[in-house]
Amino acid sequence: MFKVLIIAEIDKNVLNTSTSKCVSCAMELGETEIDILIMSDDCSRAATAATNIESVNRVLTIEAKHNAEPLAAVLAPQILEVAKNYDYVFGPSTTFGKDLMPRVAALLNVGQVSDIMEVQSPRSFKRPIYAGNAILTVEVPEGLIVVATVRIASWKEAAKGGNANIQDLNINIDLPAHTRFISLNSEASERPDLQTAKKVISGGRGVGSAANFDLLYKLGTKMGAGVGASRAAVDAGYVPNDMQVGQTGKIIAPDLYVAFGISGAIQHLTGIKDAGTIVAINKDSEAPIFEIADIGLIGDLFEVIEELTQKL
Amino acid sequence: MNKILVCLKRVVDYNVRVRLKPDNTGIVTDGVKMSINPFDEIALEEALRIKESGKADEVITVTIGNEDTQQQIRTGLAMGADRAILVKADQVLDSLAVANIFLSVIKIEQPLLVILGKQAIDDDSNQTGQMLAALWDRPQATFASKVDLSSECVTVTREIDAGLQSIEIDLPAVITTDLRLNEPRYVKLPDIMKAKKKPLEIIDIDSFGNDLTPKIIPKNWSSPKSRSKGIMVDNVDDLIKALKDKDLVG
Ligand SMILES: Cc1cc2nc3c(=O)[nH]c(=O)nc-3n(C[C@H](O)[C@H](O)[C@H](O)COP(=O)(O)OP(=O)(O)OC[C@H]3O[C@@H](n4cnc5c(N)ncnc54)[C@H](O)[C@@H]3O)c2cc1C
Ligand SMILES: Nc1ncnc2c1ncn2[C@@H]1O[C@H](COP(=O)(O)O)[C@@H](O)[C@H]1O
Repeated sequence: MFKVLIIAEIDKNVLNTSTSKCVSCAMELGETEIDILIMSDDCSRAATAATNIESVNRVLTIEAKHNAEPLAAVLAPQILEVAKNYDYVFGPSTTFGKDLMPRVAALLNVGQVSDIMEVQSPRSFKRPIYAGNAILTVEVPEGLIVVATVRIASWKEAAKGGNANIQDLNINIDLPAHTRFISLNSEASERPDLQTAKKVISGGRGVGSAANFDLLYKLGTKMGAGVGASRAAVDAGYVPNDMQVGQTGKIIAPDLYVAFGISGAIQHLTGIKDAGTIVAINKDSEAPIFEIADIGLIGDLFEVIEELTQKL
Repeated sequence: MNKILVCLKRVVDYNVRVRLKPDNTGIVTDGVKMSINPFDEIALEEALRIKESGKADEVITVTIGNEDTQQQIRTGLAMGADRAILVKADQVLDSLAVANIFLSVIKIEQPLLVILGKQAIDDDSNQTGQMLAALWDRPQATFASKVDLSSECVTVTREIDAGLQSIEIDLPAVITTDLRLNEPRYVKLPDIMKAKKKPLEIIDIDSFGNDLTPKIIPKNWSSPKSRSKGIMVDNVDDLIKALKDKDLVG
């Protein structure tokens, strides 16, 4: 029986679905006892949601004012106190988990397996390297706690229907004051979240301006799709950074991905390889995006968007 | 003296389409273009700008690797680093070992700031900076897209999934760079000549006495699943029909 601790990701007191995907990954290990750790200044809502995930044994909470914002330097020493008693410590491979989990691993004096896409055996895991152009199987030697991030685009949410108990923890240790939260600038949007949306449409440099992105937002609303972008579109200031899809942006796996005016650089493609159906619209018939697209259309993106917005 | 340490890794250039060795024991690197990891170039650029603004006195690069890395180290010196350290290692190291070696260098150099890339584009691990900050027991600001240094602390804007987060951390500290932090300068020919005279210190990895036993062991390399060949359609009506056939639009 392996004991697994999953570090929950919480946005404004709501449990992020990445947590449930970590549970799916943990279930692949074999016989497990899975606990979820919630750290926030108000844990109740996320904790209740976590009790509902199947196969979860206990939901642990550390409710404190200093946990209001997820600062790795503040969270990691608290996690260390809890993690010592586990065989595995998992977190999501989102910016939250990428920031935090290596800090936890180093405090435990172990390595970190980044971006688990497949569990080969309880100590061996597949992960993408070179922007997803190769897959590496890594092994963690016996006797070491396995700290890992879970590549969320590779895993489905675990089923609901669990009934775990909630247990409040009291961690009394000195925490560093050297790291202070100032602000979060989040562009509020009613559109579906990129990492969970079933459909995503994206624009690249070809879209040409921030104003032109409105055409994508309009089509997105019509289709019920999230809207993403290439790095070039973000760099040019057409859209905020949180819309970037790719090796260094978000890795997503929607059922449908439609790319408008995106050439298809490997760094972009690595972010969409797990999509169900990839559609590419580009005026250049030689664009590399057509090599991986399931459906390609050579044409002007503005004309295509207009026609789709009318006809869908 | 205020020093900034920049970690420079040599990696396969981002434009190269990597290929697996036929026996699945790694990636073909013979005859392949190698470069400074793009994020590390950004880290060096940021350090140079901080120095040029008068807030630091010396920029030192640190590289762990074999002799071949000297090529990238010289490029770093040509960009403007004052001196370089090569920790010579021929074996494959995991990130915790790399972080421990950086910590040993930190103990000697006592820098104000250590800047790394957020990820090396070969292993895509995204963990060395965070591990280093933990071992050093100092603050970390990962995925930085803006860095504002004052005498005792740094304000860093971080690119996170939810948007842009701003945090303040006390010095000394570790920062890891994101792509939009800056655009690295081009190296000019005279700088390449000048760089040849800049100091490059070579230290043998064993001289630090760190425990380098791997805690993550690479076992096998394979190709990703390839996607099946797609179709081309001629117009929007055919596109909509194809999507309807797959039940992807109503
Ligand atoms: C370390 C590193 C990490 C990176 N990470 C990422 C990442 O996470 N995500 C990412 O996306 N990129 C990333 N990149 C950048 C990547 O290499 C490409 O530069 C980028 O993806 C290009 O964006 P693009 O396709 O929008 O622009 P371009 O390559 O300029 O392509 C624009 C396309 O639009 C088409 N077009 C123009 N006008 C029209 C029109 N009217 N109708 C139809 N088509 C039109 C053109 O034919 C062209 O194919 C990274 C690069 C590096 C070095
Ligand atoms: N061998 C190395 N030499 C110099 N810097 C390194 C080395 N390995 C990792 N780094 C630094 O750590 C960062 C993150 O790497 P990684 O955690 O492997 O993705 C890189 O961008 C470099 O700045």
